Amino acid sequence: MLAKRIIPCLDVTGGRVVKGTKFLNLRDAGDPVECAREYDRQGADELVFLDITASSDGRPTMIAVVQRTASECFMPLTVGGGIRTVEDIRAMLKAGADKTSLNTAAVQNPDVVRAGAERFGSQCIVVAVDARRVPGSSPQRWEVYTHGGRKPTGIDAIEWVRRVESLGAGEILLTSMDADGTKAGYDIELNRTVSEALRIPVIASGGAGTLEHMANVLLNGKADAVLAASVFHFGEYTVNDVKRFLQEKGVCVRR
Amino acid sequence: MIALLDYGSGNLRSVQKALQKVGAEVRLATRPEEMRDARAVVLPGVGAFDDCVNAMKRQEVFEAAREFIRSDRPFLGICVGYQALFERSAEFNSCAAGLGIFAGKVVRFTEQPGLKIPQMGWNRIEIVKADCPLYRGVPDGSFVYFVHSYFPKPADDSLVATRTDYGGSFASSIWKDNVFATQFHPEKSQAAGLKVLENFVALTR
Repeated sequence: MLAKRIIPCLDVTGGRVVKGTKFLNLRDAGDPVECAREYDRQGADELVFLDITASSDGRPTMIAVVQRTASECFMPLTVGGGIRTVEDIRAMLKAGADKTSLNTAAVQNPDVVRAGAERFGSQCIVVAVDARRVPGSSPQRWEVYTHGGRKPTGIDAIEWVRRVESLGAGEILLTSMDADGTKAGYDIELNRTVSEALRIPVIASGGAGTLEHMANVLLNGKADAVLAASVFHFGEYTVNDVKRFLQEKGVCVRR
Repeated sequence: MIALLDYGSGNLRSVQKALQKVGAEVRLATRPEEMRDARAVVLPGVGAFDDCVNAMKRQEVFEAAREFIRSDRPFLGICVGYQALFERSAEFNSCAAGLGIFAGKVVRFTEQPGLKIPQMGWNRIEIVKADCPLYRGVPDGSFVYFVHSYFPKPADDSLVATRTDYGGSFASSIWKDNVFATQFHPEKSQAAGLKVLENFVALTR
């Protein structure tokens, strides 16, 4: 049986971790490679680096971070943030990333999803979707937002995930903008609706405050994985704490 | 020296780093002459069966790989590099013939309610060939990392080294004589995967 995955996410800019776990036991908690190694040690199933550098000047720095990480951590690594073209995807994969995550670029130019999947395989094309509930809709609908959640697109989230799946996306990284940052739990209905609409895996993101929230989205939201940043913040929980809890709740995890 | 076949596969660097981590000297081989003197060959793979086979043919390493396997030196196929050892694939639009080292076809997971395709993530291996050198010191039931929609169905069941359950049991790795192949990615499977690679590298010493 396939294990549900626990995926820590690190926000990186200028080669430094700006948001993510502050590991007190590390010599340099701002070094993404040291953080990656720590998560590796804790038993994380994958890692996501989100490059939040606004300009493309930071790209070589990010590539160097990926290269160093891939030399030391033998686990799947996804890189997202600012990836726009097939050439951007190629550069990240060549540096040692296993997957690249596309968000705004996929909405602006859906063909990059198709071209990337055709050239490198669906397994390395993750489409990140930021979705927000449409107030008063019945049945419930969600709208896709881009530009870090600032710009509404008018696109229905369920139609969008179906479309990118047909274009060749291998996985959906689904962030609920309503839940993100609240620490009040994932949007279970959103995750379940998306997961049931697709054959490809769904990674739930946004809203995790407790371990119960993670169990809930995996069991009731039918997500295949959970992405988390703040739940690991300040060492509240380790990856292993999360997995022990999930296992007690009957979730299949790798330990 | 282990020759790592470089035909443009996305996971090349990961495999190279993992082999180096367990002590191997690795040469990236893009041409037949770069693999002929190797003590072992690794055929990595990610993506489509046809892309793999066609790229190997373009670089003339297709025939060289078959020759190498006949020389009885250790050979390891990973993911699509495992699938390429078989005769053909059912993958969409596939028309290329595989290396044909083993009889059998590469097939897709059967659609069933709730089964996500591709299989992406960590699943267990049941070691059915306890004497397979790759699994020395690897606990039965270890989790390893998979990313695939297709898998080979060997005609000869005695090839199967490990089985994995994903909507039914499939051959997650095989072993016959000098040829080893895994559907999972040892280079991404942390400690368990590094152990598998270390065992493979040990065969070259």
